[in-house]
Amino acid sequence: MTPQLAIFFVLAALAVLGALNLIIQRHPIHSALSLIVVMIALAGLYLLMGSEFVAAVQIIVYGGAIMVLFVFVIMLLNAGVEERTNVSKLAGVAGIPLAVALLGFLAAAIARSNESAQAGVESGTLANTKEISTMLFKDFVYPFELTSFLILVAIVGAIVLAQREKS
Amino acid sequence: MPILDHLWIIPLLPLLGSAINGLLGGKWPNKIVNSVALGATGLSFLFALEAIREFFAGGQVLFRKHFFDWISAGAFTAGFDLQMDQLTVVMVLVVTGVGFLIHIYATGYMAHESGYYRFFSYLNLFMFFMLILVLAANYVLLFVGWEGVGLCSYLLIGFYFLKKSASDAGKKAFIVNRIGDFGFMLGMFLLFRTFHTLDFTTLFAAASNPAWGHEAWGQFGTFTIACLLLFMGATGKSAQLPLYVWLPDAMEGPTPVSALIHAATMVTAGVYVVARSHILFVHSETAMVVVAVVGCATAFFAATIGLVQTDIKRVLAYSTVSQLGYMFLACGVGAFSAGIFHLMTHAFFKALLFLAAGSVIHAMGGEQDMRKMGGLSEKIKYTYRTMLIATLAIAGIPPLAGFFSKDAILLSAFQITGGHPLYAIGLLTALLTSFYMFRLIFLTFYGKPRYDEHHVHVHESPWSMLGPLVVLAVLSVIGGWIAAPALWGGPDYFTSFLAPVFASAQGAEAVNEAAAHQLEIILAIVAVTSALIGLGVAYWLYVRQPGKPEQIAKSMRPVYNTILNKYYVDEFYAAVIIKPLMWISTNVLWKFVDVAAIDGTVNGIASGATSIGDTVRHTQSGNTRSYAVWVVIGALVVIAVIFFWPASRPVIGMVR
Amino acid sequence: MVPTSYYLILSAVLFGLGVVAFVFKRNVITIFMSIELMLNAVNLAFVAFSQARHQSDGQVFVLFVIVVAAAEAAVGLGIIILMSRNRQSLNVERVDFLKL
Repeated sequence: MTPQLAIFFVLAALAVLGALNLIIQRHPIHSALSLIVVMIALAGLYLLMGSEFVAAVQIIVYGGAIMVLFVFVIMLLNAGVEERTNVSKLAGVAGIPLAVALLGFLAAAIARSNESAQAGVESGTLANTKEISTMLFKDFVYPFELTSFLILVAIVGAIVLAQREKS
Repeated sequence: MPILDHLWIIPLLPLLGSAINGLLGGKWPNKIVNSVALGATGLSFLFALEAIREFFAGGQVLFRKHFFDWISAGAFTAGFDLQMDQLTVVMVLVVTGVGFLIHIYATGYMAHESGYYRFFSYLNLFMFFMLILVLAANYVLLFVGWEGVGLCSYLLIGFYFLKKSASDAGKKAFIVNRIGDFGFMLGMFLLFRTFHTLDFTTLFAAASNPAWGHEAWGQFGTFTIACLLLFMGATGKSAQLPLYVWLPDAMEGPTPVSALIHAATMVTAGVYVVARSHILFVHSETAMVVVAVVGCATAFFAATIGLVQTDIKRVLAYSTVSQLGYMFLACGVGAFSAGIFHLMTHAFFKALLFLAAGSVIHAMGGEQDMRKMGGLSEKIKYTYRTMLIATLAIAGIPPLAGFFSKDAILLSAFQITGGHPLYAIGLLTALLTSFYMFRLIFLTFYGKPRYDEHHVHVHESPWSMLGPLVVLAVLSVIGGWIAAPALWGGPDYFTSFLAPVFASAQGAEAVNEAAAHQLEIILAIVAVTSALIGLGVAYWLYVRQPGKPEQIAKSMRPVYNTILNKYYVDEFYAAVIIKPLMWISTNVLWKFVDVAAIDGTVNGIASGATSIGDTVRHTQSGNTRSYAVWVVIGALVVIAVIFFWPASRPVIGMVR
Repeated sequence: MVPTSYYLILSAVLFGLGVVAFVFKRNVITIFMSIELMLNAVNLAFVAFSQARHQSDGQVFVLFVIVVAAAEAAVGLGIIILMSRNRQSLNVERVDFLKL
């Protein structure tokens, strides 16, 4: 049991528990906070793998912006405890089997692969942020510019949607 | 410009006339329609004369020309080939000549009818098809003409289509013809399969090959079956037993139609086909016997019905059926040229009879029942005289045309082995023919008028109608003289003219010349005697003792009624054939196949689509969580496909 | 070092849990969060593969995923706000405008 492995298991357990909590909790705010926990755990895992840039972006953007947005909206809308309605029969009946099937497929796929490489950097290598930035601004420069456009659209959309009705 | 090289002009002119009249004639006054129609037919006649002159000038050899490839499908080719030989000469002259005269007559007869242009359009169209029929050099083109004249017959019989009986008669004619045509087509197919060609020249040359043996009585070889099938078509077109039932009903059409189509030309198409195919027929004894027996039986059968008919046109219709029987009898005993001779003379006097009858009807203001006529001989002199000439001709009184032709037939029937019964029946039929024809004359023209003289103003017909009558009367007198010299030992010009065509059939002619000649004279005297007997009996019954026919009819009431009702043949057909067919059509084909099966399938598909839609509708429940489940299911399906489907391995790059 | 397959299994588990939450939760915001969870799971897989093959493509793609997720979250939450104003409820089963 190498140290990395141990850290991996801890972080993995944290992520899974956070996800389970998301499902179990009845109030959305609790679910949101669980999700934040998951994201932090994932950020840790990224660091473990040696992708510190992604880890940093994960914390800043996902944790610091998106989840904050979620929490604001929950507070804004005064979301309460979830009601217990049961209109859709299909969801109740088919949900678990579907999830199990999905999980099963993915697991089987992974198990059958002989992807035996180790994920993670050798100790002593330099940070790969430079590589990412090179690739981002050379090979993927068009998608990069397009994402800025995408964000503009999202901003305009969000503003338009959330306006107060002119009464 | 040699017409023979452009033989297609002869049928084309009437076609053009028909098209012009049909498309544009609706607004034209009668005069212009006349000129188009008469011009077309007249020019066709002139071109035909010219073609015949060229034919003679060329030494009377068979001329045929291929104008263009019409059908070319694999091994089967049929070209638009027209030919001219001696038989064609006779037929073309009859068709164009008599046709032209009848066209002239029709301008007078139909002058006050609505649909005048339509009538002449159809009439010209008929001429086109009939000319195609007689000029054709292969069976396929002949069949085109064959079908076409059937179509025109339907159109013209049903000319007064607003009258139910007329449109019914048209349908009946077409349908009964169709039955015959079915046999004709099967015959053509068999011939093609055996000889791989339907062209006359090649087919007859192949059939003359000695390798094809003679098929005796009772042997149903290729020739027998093919000839019987062709003859089935001929019975339909030429109104023989059992497919004659349409001809009496066809009298619903205008009288010029009856004269042209149902006397002179279309009904003779069957005889023409049998004569043309004589090489095939002589190979098969069974077919010849069948043709002769059917012809003879029909002749007698129709004559008996004609004895008691009261409608002037019906009498003539049954007379036509009877005379056609004579022609088939001639062909059946091998005397093909005699049959064609009778065809020609019959065209003259039968057309004359019909046209004169039309003149009588016209004079009587539309009355067709002979019981309501009488005493017309003084009032419509020209009609009376020409009709009398025609009656003398048909009865076989020398020296008119009918005598020579009928005599030739009876002689051939007598000479053939086993032909005595045929001769006897033929002779009896001649007697009956003379009787009922003179009955017609006496009822119509003699005695006291049996109509209301105040209401019916009898007037003679205009010269547009009388002219053709006179011409045909002259032809009825002299038409037979071309064969007359045979009576006193000279050559029979008509038979010798047609000899190159019927060369193979005249085998048995070189019998003892002197004895044959003597026999001929004897038989001629017997025939004339029987004709005179018929005339005498008719005179006695209808002029001397007008009440006698009624008495005889009363005393033989059942027999009389049977004959009057045409032996109930129509009723028999209706019960045995038509009724079951209607039942099948209604219950099986309509209710089962059409409604249940076809409609059911189509509607079933529609309702199937609806019910599928009904089922699938439930996915659109509006419930978002269900949608979420469907999304997951979709994702699952995609993953499963990638997982299981071998073709997608490269996509995922996973190595198993 | 950690074998790649461990990361992949973790990614699969997180994804599966995200699907379960997506199907079973009734609060629309929670459903949205489950979508984010699924995206995160996929990001993990991307990064794992990228590090295993020593290529940076995966991580660049992860950046794009995060950007798109952000945009999507913004617009989506805007829609949720509208929806809750209309229906006075955040229960997704109350939103059945498409019902026939």
